[in-house]
Amino acid sequence: MAKYVIVGASAAGLGAVEAIRDVDPLGTITVITDETCSHYSRPMISEFVSGQADLKKVDCRTEDFWKENNVDALIGRKVTALNLDEKAVQLENGEKIPFEKLLIATGGKPFVPKMDGSDKDGVFTFTTLKDAQLLAAKIDCINAKSAVVIGAGLIGVSVAEALLKRGLKVTMVELQDKILSLLLDPKGSDIVEAIIRKAGVNIITGQSVQKIIGKPGDEGAVGGVILTKGDQVPCDLVVVAIGVVPRSELVAGTSVKTNRGIIVDNMMQTSVPDVYASGDVAEAYDFLLNQNRPLPLWPLAVLEGQVAGCNMAGKKTTYSGGTNMSSLKYFGIPVVSLGIANPKEDSTLEVLVKFDPDHNLYKKLILKNNIIVGLTLVNSIERAGILYYLMKNAINVKKFKQQLLEDDFSWAAFPVSLQRKMSVVQ
Amino acid sequence: MVKRIIAKQEVCMGCGLCEVYCTVQHSKSKDIVKAYNSERPKPISRVKVERNKPVSFAIQCRHCEDAPCVTACLSGAMQKDEKTGLVTHDAKKCIGCWTCIMVCPYGAIMMDKEDHVVAKCDLCQGFDEPACVANCPNEALVFKEVKP
Repeated sequence: MAKYVIVGASAAGLGAVEAIRDVDPLGTITVITDETCSHYSRPMISEFVSGQADLKKVDCRTEDFWKENNVDALIGRKVTALNLDEKAVQLENGEKIPFEKLLIATGGKPFVPKMDGSDKDGVFTFTTLKDAQLLAAKIDCINAKSAVVIGAGLIGVSVAEALLKRGLKVTMVELQDKILSLLLDPKGSDIVEAIIRKAGVNIITGQSVQKIIGKPGDEGAVGGVILTKGDQVPCDLVVVAIGVVPRSELVAGTSVKTNRGIIVDNMMQTSVPDVYASGDVAEAYDFLLNQNRPLPLWPLAVLEGQVAGCNMAGKKTTYSGGTNMSSLKYFGIPVVSLGIANPKEDSTLEVLVKFDPDHNLYKKLILKNNIIVGLTLVNSIERAGILYYLMKNAINVKKFKQQLLEDDFSWAAFPVSLQRKMSVVQ
Repeated sequence: MVKRIIAKQEVCMGCGLCEVYCTVQHSKSKDIVKAYNSERPKPISRVKVERNKPVSFAIQCRHCEDAPCVTACLSGAMQKDEKTGLVTHDAKKCIGCWTCIMVCPYGAIMMDKEDHVVAKCDLCQGFDEPACVANCPNEALVFKEVKP
């Protein structure tokens, strides 16, 4: 019997393994993943497609990670059922693996809207390394010249850049009026959009793909897309990058409570004792919104996995929460988005802006009662972490408000007591 | 306990020599003229003098116990060395996603824009004392055991 069973071997699963081993060097750990490649970085799969990272580089842990952590890793195996009464998970061959503590870290699955022709050869999703490998192989195999990327969020932008680097003609189609609309306000979005267009990507907003059509003479292969307004865009490939939804099928029909994702408490435990969930499959705490919600982001998934791992191993640990946090490096323009990007009308909010169109520089802070609740930085991100620290710790910024958006804003602006407390100065 | 660099802000003159010595120390040539004028990629300082008149002090990676940059790192480039307590960065693994910069509370991770990677203090491994500490003309930087 494995003391700890972890389903999923991406960010949350890795964080949990590391945390368990910090607390309990000996307890047996079994990790089960249906992927054939494990401990790789999902955010890096676009680098794999562009050719900037090979399989070795996308490995975000050591080569012998499982061995070093004394983990029984079942790679390429699928958990098909969860039996809570027996406290066991069941694999596809019927084999049962009992557990004392279970972590569900199955991640997210790509959301693919209903579209005619989405079963054609040449339609891809973009979540796992396998997706990226299939896409890269297809580009070579058919000598693809053009692609349509559906969705202009973080993943869509990352795959658009990778395809462009591979020499394809790329069109991004976004249903919202603006690209990156979850991360940026309209002005920030416009700056980044102009840069992506300049790099050579065709961007169509306010429309979606209603139909994927075949190639003349080969109806089964992708030949183009028809947009909602009727326009046709010819292409060899379609990549669906709209977003991910929690992959929570494993708990369907069990007493593990779900909402959009698996519901967890601040120790990452589900409604069932000894069963934990972390990462994109879970609804973890957002400290800004003061509510739980799916936040499918790598750094948060690792952190949530760490918290689950500590608690599973008996070291009581509370998750302090995350929020929207994204850092983008695509198309050569660094962007950081933290917290609320597009707030609802609220007269108590205060907005600070610094905008220099000549340098594509845009900084925006949203404050509520002198506490930072939103931050956008375009092309000047060096101070992002300090501002995130103020946001996360809800520090009142009244005394240095006017300095917050300066390029040289730093800990020198903070009270000496805080500098000392954090051992920055003696 | 791990030794860390800590600033005495009351004696820091804000001269910036720590940045100069750090840059040279992390250059290939170890030659100040080449480091500043010709070396490519341009070596960059991993220490930064923060100023808010009349206050100034130098800050660099604090080698945090629970380092947020290590947790957040997308590529595995940022690691915590359990033996030495150092937070290490492998530039070959780094993809320049800037996620570590987004979560470092101290602003102590630098962007190497030419190489598209980050750079940060490594406490000058292999030397008795970090270059910034050894060369501070006013002894405003000390290298000692401090609570993380």
